[in-house]
Amino acid sequence: MALSAPTATEVVAVSLVRGRRSWLNAGITGALFFTLLSSLIILITLLADTIAKAMPVFQERGLSFVFTGLSSRVETAGIVQGVIGSLALTAFVIVVAFPLGTAAAIFLEEYARDSRWTRFINANIRNLAGVPSIVYGILGLFLFVKLINQGLFDIAAGISGRNLVAGGLTLSVLVLPIMIITTAEALRAVPSSIREASFGVGATKWETIRSHVLPVALPAMLTGAVLTVSRAFGETAPLLLAGAVLSQYFSVSADAGFFGLLTDQPYTALPLIIYNFARQPEAEFIQLTAASILVLLVMLLSVNAIAILARDRMEEKRKI
Amino acid sequence: MTMVDEIRATPSESESSEPVGARDQRANPEVPASTSQPVFDVEGLSVHYGSFRAVKDVTLPIREHEITALIGPSGCGKSTVLRCFNRMNDLIESARVGGSVRYHGVDLYGDDVDPVEVRRRIGMVFQKPNPFPKSIYENIVFGPKIAGQRGNFDDLVEESLTKAALWDEVKDKLKDSALALSGGQQQRLCIARAIATNPDVVLMDEPCSALDPIATLRIEELMLELKKDYTIIIVTHNMQQAARVSDRTAFFSVDVNDGGQRTGRLVEFDVTDKMFTSPTETETEQYITGRFG
Repeated sequence: MALSAPTATEVVAVSLVRGRRSWLNAGITGALFFTLLSSLIILITLLADTIAKAMPVFQERGLSFVFTGLSSRVETAGIVQGVIGSLALTAFVIVVAFPLGTAAAIFLEEYARDSRWTRFINANIRNLAGVPSIVYGILGLFLFVKLINQGLFDIAAGISGRNLVAGGLTLSVLVLPIMIITTAEALRAVPSSIREASFGVGATKWETIRSHVLPVALPAMLTGAVLTVSRAFGETAPLLLAGAVLSQYFSVSADAGFFGLLTDQPYTALPLIIYNFARQPEAEFIQLTAASILVLLVMLLSVNAIAILARDRMEEKRKI
Repeated sequence: MTMVDEIRATPSESESSEPVGARDQRANPEVPASTSQPVFDVEGLSVHYGSFRAVKDVTLPIREHEITALIGPSGCGKSTVLRCFNRMNDLIESARVGGSVRYHGVDLYGDDVDPVEVRRRIGMVFQKPNPFPKSIYENIVFGPKIAGQRGNFDDLVEESLTKAALWDEVKDKLKDSALALSGGQQQRLCIARAIATNPDVVLMDEPCSALDPIATLRIEELMLELKKDYTIIIVTHNMQQAARVSDRTAFFSVDVNDGGQRTGRLVEFDVTDKMFTSPTETETEQYITGRFG
């Protein structure tokens, strides 16, 4: 039979067949998914390994491991000083860095005129956020430990200024630039139409910020604060320099009181305990290391979860 | 056929359909050539943004209980001029205002004038509806509260929303978020918010440009209602709207210099009917008949 002209159906059927571009698209999707998968696999492997190593500790001693003190004997060594120290340092960072960072960001974003000077300050805050944390440790050692040692608190003589205040201030200074940057970004994201509306009915700058800008920016500010505090929670190097205890020999006098604990007693934090456990020669300390890592992760996730819940509730309330 | 009818018959790019009944809503054509003291007296006004001159040499009086429309092509500085009336330009750091804007005889740019007090008396409605992300009720009471009013605001909320022709639609959901309202309702809420502080003047910066024709008609009816109590200045790029609602119209045009810089200037200011039927300047005539702009 002679070749007849193809019908429209035939032409369309041929032209609609999956071609090279479609396969390329599928290939890219697969490759991207694989990269995601591989990074997840690494994380999951690490986590599974840690859990497996930590299990014996929790099976034998349960949660009492978390609530007993440091010791050089593997069977009785706990991490309570680290848990308390880390929580205290976190609270210190929240109390010091959050208000300071928020206030500084409000000034930079809302009040400061756009001058060469402001731009210079902004650029330097960004630089400070990128400074390695060990540098802040040295700053903490020279500034806070020495200052405190040289008589800011007269009770600090016994520990030479290596107290929670020095560690907390060091971490606060470390995270302050990040706090300022995230808060400033949250403020910048507030639509200018809201500001205009507020000024338009005769509000002052502060009334506008307090009643309209901050409520809108608050969820994003909290997100930034949570990330920042998480960073402080995991820091090790600056605390080594700022005088946190790195050994099993650790004693806090029972009658120290609240301010005594802050100023008069040695302190340590979970990351330092993990580091210290990890460098012990006895094999059993490997299990303790893994168990401590799990405790650190759980604490970190709980802090994040609480903050996220608080933020979501706040957002819901704002929507009315 | 008068020229007004002609331009009404020409569909504009921004809003092609003319709201039904708009003709009956016409502003009173018998605007007296009043000699009473104006609410605003603008003289030799110029605005710079940095070294860029946005508007030069604007002189016009704004009279009480009238609607004054500022029209002109994009970039002619009509919004810039509007924002001089309540010192909104202060919010732009590089803006500098020259000449004088007198409000009941007082120079708004005088040294001891507080822009916050100015904005309490001279309210503003913006191009895009911008209610606060709060309840309808809170949107209304924010202004009076910061102005120091205390006590129960329920009556004020009802009065403001009624004046803005929104009360019946929202009276059962005052505690609901203002963002749940439609665009037209949001804009009427913004008008209610502006009049809740009991201002003397209401500035409107293209208040209908984000709205559909029916919502536009409602806002226009509202403006005609509001001018009994307030003096209104409206910026619009919609000539039909200016013709429908305003008593007087100021036409701005834009000059482009050799460097490509665009500077707005006032071409003509007159009673609206005259502007649209027998303008003095050929530039005005060309613009309102759609030959440029």
